[in-house]
Amino acid sequence: MNKEQRLKKRHNAEKRFRLYGLASVLLAIFFVFFLLNAIFSKGSGAFLKTTIDVEVNFNADTLELSETPNAEDLEDADYYDLAIDNIINVKNVNGLKEEKSLINLFSPDYEYEIRRFLINNPNILNQTVLLKLTASDDIDQLHKGNYPRELPEERRRINNFQLNLYDELVNEGKVDKIFNSYLFTKGDSRNPELAGIGGALVGSFFTIVITLLLSFPIAIAASIYLEEFAPKNKITDFIEININNLAAVPSIVFGLLGLGILLGTFHLPRSTPLVAGITLALMTLPRIIIPCRASLKAVPPSIREGALAIGASKVQSVMHHVVPLAIPGTLSGTIIGLAQALGETAPLILIGMVAFVVDIPSIPTDPSASLPVQVYLWSEQAERGFVEKTSATIMVLLSFLITLNFIAVYLRQKFERKW
Amino acid sequence: MNIIILLLVTIFSYFSFLYGRSRIRTITSTQSIKINALPNYYGYYLALWCAIPALVILLLWSIFEPAIIKLLISQTLAQNDLNYSSDQLNLIYQKIRSLYEGNFSGTLTEEIILGVKNYESFHVIAQSSKIVLLLSTLIATISYGIMRISKNNKARHDVEKILTGLLFACSLVAILTTMGIIFSLLFESIKFFSAINIFDFLFGMSWSPQRAFVSDASAITTLEYENLKGAFGSVPLFAGTAFIALIAMIVAVPIGLFSGIYMAEYASSKVRKYSKPIIEILAGIPTVVYGFFAALTVGPFFREVGEKFGLEVSSESALAAGLVMGVMIIPYVSSLSDDVINAVPQSLRDGSYAIGATKSETIKRVVIPAALPGIVGSVLLAVSRAIGETMIVVMAAGLAANLTINPLESTTTITTQIVMLLIGDQEFDSPKTQSAFALGLTLFFATLILNYIALRFVKKYREKYE
Repeated sequence: MNKEQRLKKRHNAEKRFRLYGLASVLLAIFFVFFLLNAIFSKGSGAFLKTTIDVEVNFNADTLELSETPNAEDLEDADYYDLAIDNIINVKNVNGLKEEKSLINLFSPDYEYEIRRFLINNPNILNQTVLLKLTASDDIDQLHKGNYPRELPEERRRINNFQLNLYDELVNEGKVDKIFNSYLFTKGDSRNPELAGIGGALVGSFFTIVITLLLSFPIAIAASIYLEEFAPKNKITDFIEININNLAAVPSIVFGLLGLGILLGTFHLPRSTPLVAGITLALMTLPRIIIPCRASLKAVPPSIREGALAIGASKVQSVMHHVVPLAIPGTLSGTIIGLAQALGETAPLILIGMVAFVVDIPSIPTDPSASLPVQVYLWSEQAERGFVEKTSATIMVLLSFLITLNFIAVYLRQKFERKW
Repeated sequence: MNIIILLLVTIFSYFSFLYGRSRIRTITSTQSIKINALPNYYGYYLALWCAIPALVILLLWSIFEPAIIKLLISQTLAQNDLNYSSDQLNLIYQKIRSLYEGNFSGTLTEEIILGVKNYESFHVIAQSSKIVLLLSTLIATISYGIMRISKNNKARHDVEKILTGLLFACSLVAILTTMGIIFSLLFESIKFFSAINIFDFLFGMSWSPQRAFVSDASAITTLEYENLKGAFGSVPLFAGTAFIALIAMIVAVPIGLFSGIYMAEYASSKVRKYSKPIIEILAGIPTVVYGFFAALTVGPFFREVGEKFGLEVSSESALAAGLVMGVMIIPYVSSLSDDVINAVPQSLRDGSYAIGATKSETIKRVVIPAALPGIVGSVLLAVSRAIGETMIVVMAAGLAANLTINPLESTTTITTQIVMLLIGDQEFDSPKTQSAFALGLTLFFATLILNYIALRFVKKYREKYE
């Protein structure tokens, strides 16, 4: 091998090496987009729901109401007969079996949708109104093109008669897709078309607020002590080792802590944002202390010395000068820590937040779900409709995380000083 | 009740602040002496004397009141010649409490009705004595504070001392958390190990806690123990955890390391500026999202591909879980090794270039050997993340504890089993639930040791070049 060949070989090796590096970076970036694309393409459908137009005649006789009912009468009335009467008028059907097939095109909530409409608009009694009633999950998925209609009839949940009905309704222009407000206002449900993340949103909100209220003040105080006041001794070293170790302890261990101490010893209520908030606060604390200390450390000693030189005490120099300068950095560290806590699932499962909760919690001691746990719960469900619900929940969760991270970056860029 | 008291304490503290401040002003104007601190500090001083003792009492009271009332109730039950075991007592106490709180369902018995009456009276006594205690303490501490102020004490010094003490107390929370973790894990684990021999747990070859039924956890017969031994052997879990972590590292280490090298050595600052945050998005995505992705996209995909080649692939294969976990870990490896490589002094590179080495030769022969301890440290940190990772394996790796090295079969991990043992309602006194805490303890120590070694590596490396 002569000199040129050797050099060429070495240069080729150089190029190859560089290419490996570039390929790895591109591969990692590809994973990001592949993952996000997989979630977003599945989930976007859940923001729309399929409805079927039904002419509803709010006949006072069928409802057994007087001509001028008060609000209480409207709430107590039985809407089932009215709903069924109007629904079977949508198409010409004969016999009980066909009627049942037609009714099953609708979500089981039709009775309450009609009831809600009348209660909100009491003056339409004895009039006929065109309502868009929510379709059942199967029709919803069929209309969105996710349902395999070419399967043989016995393997489908929709029979051929229902398929024909659906096709005729589509041709008549009675099937619509509208914004799915249920997704944000309703709690969990066994029926995908009625399930929403309202409860999970409120639960996550309570949890994160409790986490913030507990972890932020303690983290700031601890980092001020360790960075500014702590003498160099064994206790301080021990605290620091503890903080560094806690930051790397798997989150599920904090779940065991919450289960053993908060539920087992203190008997706090299970499945509640209160317990979740305390558990996550303990988990987030060391993860906030580390960036808080870094931003306190970044304040140059000249600030402290200047304050001390004009007669401030140590506490005054720290509280009046160092801490205000470090606040933007501590805030952005806290927000990033909270974003991590918001996406945490495993500890919440252990403290019982996997319970099936339909009601939207109104105080932090109500049983509740939270966004990441809702993702886990729905991903275990067999119904096709829950797949897109799960993806939509992930989209909502990710958009919160992105917002939080943007706020953190903004705070850092806007307020952090370069010394 | 507690909220009202808290509100009152806050209001009292605020008025103490105002009073302390005006008090020292009147003293200075009437006695014309020079005060030792700014007037505000006297306000803070009095407010602290008002708030801290009250809050401490309130906290201690809230912790101990239920225990004391429970003790009293069980004593009254014992007086009526009703002999119960501690479990029965617990149950009755729970019933009494839920009846008192108005969400009782079930049949009422005489002792419960009696218990509720007692509970109510104890509760009233406790509430009123709490208020009396709080008020008297407040009066005592505030008057002590006022006395000190009248003597023109060094208020700023005192306030600062209290403040530093409070800051110190906050930093102790980290120690308390660690202690809480260790105690809660140890407490249940010791109970578990008193039923199951620790060696049978650590070295047993089969794991099937679902068939571990024991009639009485405190007295296990030899026959039952033979069964239990077979149910709680955790080697398959350790093997599964290590196996999935290995697959994850096979994905994450090359990709992460090469991207770290590329970022540190080759990429222009513009490329760095955009690609680094994009890769770090991977670290910010919640793990439950990866789990969903692994279970719904990657797992079925592998099964389809496997079917085409005539392979039998479980839809919950170790491969799918490990691969997705590897993707999640890429940014940890890449950003840590990027930092480590950046910390290698430029003079080492310059020396290598000066004798004619190409860039890749410099990296391979000089930079990486120099950065090796740091890189090893970052890989170890990534391993500790992989074995502690829960949601991906819970959703994608299966539940059956197979002892296998076939990546296409399903395996299970420590974290998966902890979740599966503790999901839903469970009684605290069965070996099944306690085994979850024993697994948690193992996991805690495993990650602790890994992190310790990793941090030692990183620290040693840093010292070398500083």
